Amino acid sequence: MVLLSVQDLTIHYKVASGWVRAVENVSIDVDSKETLGLVGESGSGKTTLAYAITQLLPKNAYVKGGKIIYQGKDLLKLSMKDDGTLDIFNEEIRKIRWKDISMIFQAALNAFNPVYKVGDQIIEAIMAHKDIEYEDARKEVERLYEFVGIPKDRIDNYPHEYSGGMKQRAMIAMALALSPRLVLADEPTTALDVITQDRILLEIQNLQKETGISMILITHDVSVVAEVSNKVAVMYAGKIVEKGSTVEVFKHYAHPYTEGLMASFPTIVGEKRRLASIPGSPPDLVNPPKGCRFHPRCPYAKDICMEQEPPLIEISPGHFTACHFARELYGGK
Amino acid sequence: MAEVILKVENMKKYYELSRGLLSFKKPDVVKAVDGISFELHEGEIIGLVGETGCGKTTTGRVVVRLEMPTGGNVMFKGKDITKLEGDELREFRKSVQMIFQDPYESLNPRFTIFKTLTEPLIVNGIGETYEERVDLAIKALEEAGLKPGEEYIGRYPHELSGGQRQRVAIARALIINPKFIVADEPVSMLDVSIRSGVLNLMLDLKEKYNLPIIFITHDIAVARYMSDKILVMYLGKVVEEGPTESIIFDPLHPYTRALLSAVPVPDPERKHERIPIKGDIPSPINLPPGCRFASRCVYFQKGVCDVKDPELREIKKGHFVACHFVEKILSGELKPTGEVKAQA
Repeated sequence: MVLLSVQDLTIHYKVASGWVRAVENVSIDVDSKETLGLVGESGSGKTTLAYAITQLLPKNAYVKGGKIIYQGKDLLKLSMKDDGTLDIFNEEIRKIRWKDISMIFQAALNAFNPVYKVGDQIIEAIMAHKDIEYEDARKEVERLYEFVGIPKDRIDNYPHEYSGGMKQRAMIAMALALSPRLVLADEPTTALDVITQDRILLEIQNLQKETGISMILITHDVSVVAEVSNKVAVMYAGKIVEKGSTVEVFKHYAHPYTEGLMASFPTIVGEKRRLASIPGSPPDLVNPPKGCRFHPRCPYAKDICMEQEPPLIEISPGHFTACHFARELYGGK
Repeated sequence: MAEVILKVENMKKYYELSRGLLSFKKPDVVKAVDGISFELHEGEIIGLVGETGCGKTTTGRVVVRLEMPTGGNVMFKGKDITKLEGDELREFRKSVQMIFQDPYESLNPRFTIFKTLTEPLIVNGIGETYEERVDLAIKALEEAGLKPGEEYIGRYPHELSGGQRQRVAIARALIINPKFIVADEPVSMLDVSIRSGVLNLMLDLKEKYNLPIIFITHDIAVARYMSDKILVMYLGKVVEEGPTESIIFDPLHPYTRALLSAVPVPDPERKHERIPIKGDIPSPINLPPGCRFASRCVYFQKGVCDVKDPELREIKKGHFVACHFVEKILSGELKPTGEVKAQA
C-alpha cells in the first residue's frame, strides 16, 4: 500500500542570481513498511525533497508544481500559499508533522537545545501533540530510551553530556516519540564512527521489524543504502536519474551516474581495483546544463544528450532510468 | 629494503587538563598517544586507522612537529626532530608537508591560488625570480590535476569546488618537494564522485616521486585502497599492525575484527555478520590500567586484561597484535561472553 506518493514535485529557491532548480519533476512512492534509500551528492536535492515532505522548507523555497500525497491527502494543497511558498505553521500540517511524519536530522549533534535536558525536550514534543500528563510522557521517554539503547538515568542529562552516538540515538527516540508512520532520516549516521553507525543502522532495521514504520533514508553512502533499504532512488542535480529495488539497481544499474558512483566507492570486500572517478563537479543549478544534466560529466554523452532531456523509462519491471542509452547500459556493462 | 624516512619510537603525547588556578589536585591527564612505534619507508603509504579520539591526528601532528611529544623519539633520516632548532628545524619543515581535512578551512580565502602556492616558495627560499615561481606554481597545479594551471592561478578559493580546493592543497604540499606527507582525512569532506579522483591523484604522486605518505583516516575502506601497511589505533595505542590485505582479510585483534565487521558494504545481497563489541569508547581521561580495550572486549579475562597492558606481538609475518589472548581467541578456546544483541 502506498503511504506517501510524491508526484512531479518541483521546488526552486529564489537567490540573488536567479532561481536554483533544486528539485525538478521528482516522483517517488513509499509503501508501508519499506525503506527507500535516497542517494545523491551534496546539492543533488535530496535534503530539499525531505524538507518538502515534512514541510519545513526555508522561506525562499517555492513549489513550482507537483503533489505530495500522504494517505490520500495532498499536503501541498493544505499548506501552499498563492505564491508557491509553504505555510509552515499550517494547523493541519502541524498535526501531521512529527505525529505522522517525523524526521531524524542530519546534525543531531546540534539538533538539541543545549540549555534544556535532553529528556525534557522529548517530553515536550510528546506533550505538544498528545493530551498526556508529564509523568506519563516521562514513562514514554523511558520506554523509548530503552528501545534505542540509552540508559534511563541519562534522561536528565544535558546534550553536552551525551556522546555523538547517544545524541543520535536520542534523536531517533524523539523521531519515534509519537509513533509516526513515516520517518525521514537525513544522513543519520554520517557524523558517527563506524561501530556506532553500524549499531544505529541495526537499531533502525530492528525498529522497522517491530513497528512496521516506513522510512526514507537520505545518504551519500551507497553502502549504507545497500545495508538497510529495499528500494533506492538516485538523485543527481535535482532529478531522479534512476530508481528501483535496491538489489536490481545495484546489480543492473543502467545510468552512467549510478555506474560512476558505484565504481568510485572503495570497499573492504573482494579484490582491490582502481577506483573510477567522475570527472568535473556537479553543475550550478541556477543554470543547469541543457539536455541531460549529467552530460558534461558523462563518458557516454552524445549529441542527443546535450539537446534532449532523457525521460524516465521503465527498463525492467519497477526499475526506472533517465538516460538516452539506458538500454545499452542495462546490466552494468 | 627501502630507506627509512621516519622512525617513531615509543612516542607519547599527553595532555593535562587544567583544573583552575586554585586546585591542588593532580591534573587529569589525557594520554592521546601512549607509546606508539612505526617506521615509514621510502615510497610507502601507512594508513593510520581508528575511531574518534584514538590519537591518529595527534600522531600526525607530532611527526610534523606541530606538537612536541611528551616522550619517545621521532627520528627523521636519523635525526631526532624534537631536538631540532634554527636552520636544522627550517630544513625539516621544508621536508614535510601536511594536507588537512577541510579544504574550505585550510586555504586562505583572501589569497589567490598563486599567492597560496608561492608563499611556501618564498618562505623556503625556492625559486629566484617571480617568473620561476610562476612556472613552479603552474607545474604544481598541473601535477595536481588542475590543467591548464594558468587558468587556476589567478582565482580565489571561493571560485573553486571542494575537490579543486583539495587539489590546490595537494599542489601547495608538493611545491617544495617534501620528503614525506601527512594527509589527515584528506577526502572525508569531499563528495563521493570527487573523492576517488583525489585518492587516485595521491596514489599516482606516490608512484611518481616515491613519496611516503602517512594517511590518516577513519574509513577503513579508504585506508585499504591507499595504504601498503595499516596501523589500527585505539585510545592512543596501536592494537594491530600489518600489511594492508592481511589486516583486511585476516584481522586478529578483537577490536579490529569488530571494526571491520561493522563496515557497510555496497552489496545488498550480502549477509552481514557482526562481531560483537560492548558499549562505547570510554572517556580517555585517567584510563584504568591494563588493556585499553578491556571494557569493550567480549573476551575480557579478569586478572590479566585489567592488570597488564598487552605488548604488540608478531603473530604472522609482519602482522603484529596487542592482545594477551589472541591465539586462544583464534583457536576458539576462548568464547565470547556478555550480552550479544540480536541481528536484524
